[in-house]
Amino acid sequence: MTESENRDYNEFIKGIWRDNPVFVQVLGMCPMLAVTNSAINAIAMGGATLFVLVGSSFLVAAFKKWIPKQVRISCFIIIIATFVTIADYTLLALVPVVHKELGAFIPLIVANCMILGRQEAFASKNTVRLAVMDALGMSTGFVIALFTLGAVREILGAGSLFGIDLFGAAWEPWVIMILPPGGFLTLGLILLVFNWMTQRKQMFMEKVAEAQRSDS
Amino acid sequence: MTEIITSDKPAADQDPHPARLIVTLALAGLISGVAIVGIFEATFTTIAENKARELRAAVFKVLPGVSQMQKLAYLDGQVVPLPPDASPEKTIYAGYGEGGKFIGYAIPGEGPGFQDTIKLLYGYKPADRKVVGMEILESRETPGLGDKIYKDAVFVGNFADLPIDPVIEVVKKGRRDSDNQVDAITGATISSRAVVRIINETNVIWLDKLPATGSEPVMPAGSDEVAHD
Repeated sequence: MTESENRDYNEFIKGIWRDNPVFVQVLGMCPMLAVTNSAINAIAMGGATLFVLVGSSFLVAAFKKWIPKQVRISCFIIIIATFVTIADYTLLALVPVVHKELGAFIPLIVANCMILGRQEAFASKNTVRLAVMDALGMSTGFVIALFTLGAVREILGAGSLFGIDLFGAAWEPWVIMILPPGGFLTLGLILLVFNWMTQRKQMFMEKVAEAQRSDS
Repeated sequence: MTEIITSDKPAADQDPHPARLIVTLALAGLISGVAIVGIFEATFTTIAENKARELRAAVFKVLPGVSQMQKLAYLDGQVVPLPPDASPEKTIYAGYGEGGKFIGYAIPGEGPGFQDTIKLLYGYKPADRKVVGMEILESRETPGLGDKIYKDAVFVGNFADLPIDPVIEVVKKGRRDSDNQVDAITGATISSRAVVRIINETNVIWLDKLPATGSEPVMPAGSDEVAHD
């Protein structure tokens, strides 16, 4: 792998695990909690966010030289809002059923701070290529997080996945899981597991380092 | 004694002229506007077609046996086929079977649900004074609970043959002892009540205005399409 390919790969992969927008940066919580009551909604929301983030990062990185820093935030928001409107109308025209389910949350992608955050922190300071890799990685991480939450909540709260019944009639769904408190509970538990794993890894690395020191 | 502080910033780092900021934002706004108009124009026909098809499907669903429909409006004190140039606030649909025989009305209604406005369409047969079908057009009821007002076949089935006199009532599941009663959905009483309330309220608005049985507007021959709005 050449150095530039390596950099591309790093920018892509960091959004999925090390800097996952949901589990590590805890950004974009509004759509996260609102639409993850079923797996299919989570995927549609993730897809729309991916489109908006990649499109915005591309444009911001391409035009960064011409955007004066005093008005950069306004420009980012204009760019993001345009992509959101395009996504909104496209979904409405092509998949009205999904649009009906997501409804009010599509326009709210504009307010997803993860998207604005990536423009300010990354796309406005890097090349188009790296910005797109970063956007792809971050939104893939976002989709994975949304899907994880959506799947857990749908399985426990409705006893199904993608609308397919999993446990039969004897299963009593935990209705709370598809209501807002279920979103907070699931997110809290996932964050707990995520942090526990990160901590374990850190402790393991420290032990390795210590062992190496005592060896020498 | 005051010291004069001189700026030691190089010229290139100084704030750009306000005109440049304005021009940048205006350009961004202009390009964004063009893009939005473009996508609106590109998807407008498909979206309008989708909506018309959905509504058509809903009318056929709430009025079993219907094969043709036309849009009606309440104008000058009577219910008439919608003239092409009028755009009244409230319209209903008349459904006709084979050979243009009048079957019933499909009446849209809306009102507050548990979270947001519920919009629905119900079929009404004036001859029997019965609701013969109900379809939710738009709702944001709680997924898994309130959304059973359209996902639960048993609840929707309540409206397949429902006398409207004196009013439709909601009762707890299993307590039904009269034809004009509807079984509420367990855990979604508010949404169930909302649906019934919307139908009752819409009935109050429309039933007096409907023409007497036998004098319904006739289906114009040679067209089975409603005007798109």
